[in-house]
Amino acid sequence: MTGAAIIGWPRAGGQAAPALPAERTRRVAGSVQFQGLGKTYISSAGEVQALQGIDLEIEPGEIFGIIGRSGAGKSSLLRSINRLERPSEGRVLVDGEDIAGLGEAGLIRLRRRIGMIFQHFNLLAAKTVRENVALPLRIAGVPQPEAEARVAEVLRLVGLEGKEDSYPSRLSGGQKQRVGIARALVSRPEILLCDEATSALDPETTLSILRLLRDINRRLGLTIVLITHEMSVIREVCNRVLVLERGRVAEMGPVWQVFAQPQHAATQALLAPLTRALPEDVAARLRQVPEPGDLQVIELPMTGEAAPPLAALAQGLRLVQAQVEPIQGHAVGRLVVLAPQGLDPRSLSSTARRLGHVAAND
Amino acid sequence: MSPQMIDRLSAAFLDTLLMVSASAGVAVLAGIPLAVVLVTSGPGGVFPAPRLNRVLGALVNGFRAVPFIVLLVALIPFTRLVTGTTIGVWAAVVPLSISATPFFARIAEVSLREVDPGLIEAAQSIGASRWHIVRHVLLPEALPGIIGGFTITVVSMIGASAMAGAVGAGGLGDVAIRYGYQRFDTTVMVAVIVILVALVSVVQVTGDRAVRRLRAR
Ligand SMILES: Nc1ncnc2c1ncn2[C@@H]1O[C@H](COP(=O)(O)OP(=O)(O)OP(=O)(O)O)[C@@H](O)[C@H]1O
Ligand SMILES: [Mg+2]
Repeated sequence: MTGAAIIGWPRAGGQAAPALPAERTRRVAGSVQFQGLGKTYISSAGEVQALQGIDLEIEPGEIFGIIGRSGAGKSSLLRSINRLERPSEGRVLVDGEDIAGLGEAGLIRLRRRIGMIFQHFNLLAAKTVRENVALPLRIAGVPQPEAEARVAEVLRLVGLEGKEDSYPSRLSGGQKQRVGIARALVSRPEILLCDEATSALDPETTLSILRLLRDINRRLGLTIVLITHEMSVIREVCNRVLVLERGRVAEMGPVWQVFAQPQHAATQALLAPLTRALPEDVAARLRQVPEPGDLQVIELPMTGEAAPPLAALAQGLRLVQAQVEPIQGHAVGRLVVLAPQGLDPRSLSSTARRLGHVAAND
Repeated sequence: MSPQMIDRLSAAFLDTLLMVSASAGVAVLAGIPLAVVLVTSGPGGVFPAPRLNRVLGALVNGFRAVPFIVLLVALIPFTRLVTGTTIGVWAAVVPLSISATPFFARIAEVSLREVDPGLIEAAQSIGASRWHIVRHVLLPEALPGIIGGFTITVVSMIGASAMAGAVGAGGLGDVAIRYGYQRFDTTVMVAVIVILVALVSVVQVTGDRAVRRLRAR
């Protein structure tokens, strides 16, 4: 993800990235840094501390996922990147520049470098697809022929040819979000912000929109920051994930690592829907205190790092469940096996764990 | 009905049309900007200006609180100042416009306020200036509601224009009072009522149709 090639479109304005200090040779366009970021809302109901002490960096060209429960502060964090929300403390740097000091003109210029898509699409009902997508160029004063060409280009990219003259009310949810994506991309931004962009869509459409986002990220090399409350979305497209809990960083890391070894209770809770329960016959018979002749039920986590303990299966172990998936090229999941009493689970794998015991009678 | 009366009625009809359309024109030109200022200067608007908002709000409420017939009389000195006369069509346009503008502005304000804040946010996210937001988001998105409100305004102005007739502005109201009421000419009275009903219906149907077409997109 770092050092993603600058391919596809030229950047806004067409100029090359500014000269870098000698020690930082990677691309910087599309990076976001939060430094001691805090946000407190003051409303009639009192103060709400939505974010506190956020320190992290989003790298150019990566797909960065933000997940957390409702009210964890995800939107507040995302919206501080294009200053739809002003932080109460700390700083937000976009490509190394503190955005707090920007005046109205500077803010407009910043926002033209940062696209955003929304859960409810937020398309203008009074404008056609073409007019919606052309609006960012129109208000930026891009000459008509160039604007037309660019609109056609992004509409092709998101797969909406033929819908140019439709009004948004005539489109399906997935098509509306494609219009939203086209509108966000037409200014050739370096960063794309997605606030629950797939939460209003059915699973199949969600998948197609996620594939589109991943495709755009690869082809255009732009940074994507994506909010979701579904871990499956994170698994599908993200490189790194941030788990927010009550306005603080609960944990952050490469997606496969967070999936393989979730450290925080909030992450484990979010992962629970994706983890298959023990097979019913095993779960029903599971007991913590062994009786003579019982077999041990052992969980062998596959973390992507530990070598898969498959050789152990050959030693007369019975496999009762396997859930393993490749995430970013790492096999992540778990195996559940039955083993005779007396076998030390640690001898199978350093991360093995005894879940209980079951009778051997079958 | 005598031929003179038919002439008188058709002249009065044209006077009413003129009065109403001129005042409606003023109401649109002044009312829409007023509504935009009321919405954008309010709390959470794109040009927050609480003091201006309060002053304008109070002014609009003041004019809205005064019954038209009172306004008509109270504005006579002002009308003379603007038009140089206090009778005739143009003298009626002044109080009609002044009464219709705040009325229409309030209705337009409601439609503008109902524009989804998410759309404003989306516009901000693409780098729209505040003026762009008014021009490309607020006004076009609120247009069906504004046209519906304009229809209501015009219909109520047709009624008010008849009242203006009573103080010498001419028009259908004038004919109805002088001939229908003071001379007990029932035919004239009925004719005026029929013409007014037809006029109001045409305005209402046209307005409804425009709104329906915009909403069907
Ligand atoms: N404009 C506001 N005024 C007052 N409080 C707010 C405002 N916006 C957000 N909050 C509060 O700040 C906290 C974080 O809100 P935020 O919208 O960032 O959460 P979120 O993680 O995006 O939640 P969700 O998943 O429901 O969208 C919540 O407690 C919310 O009630
Ligand atoms: Mg949110």
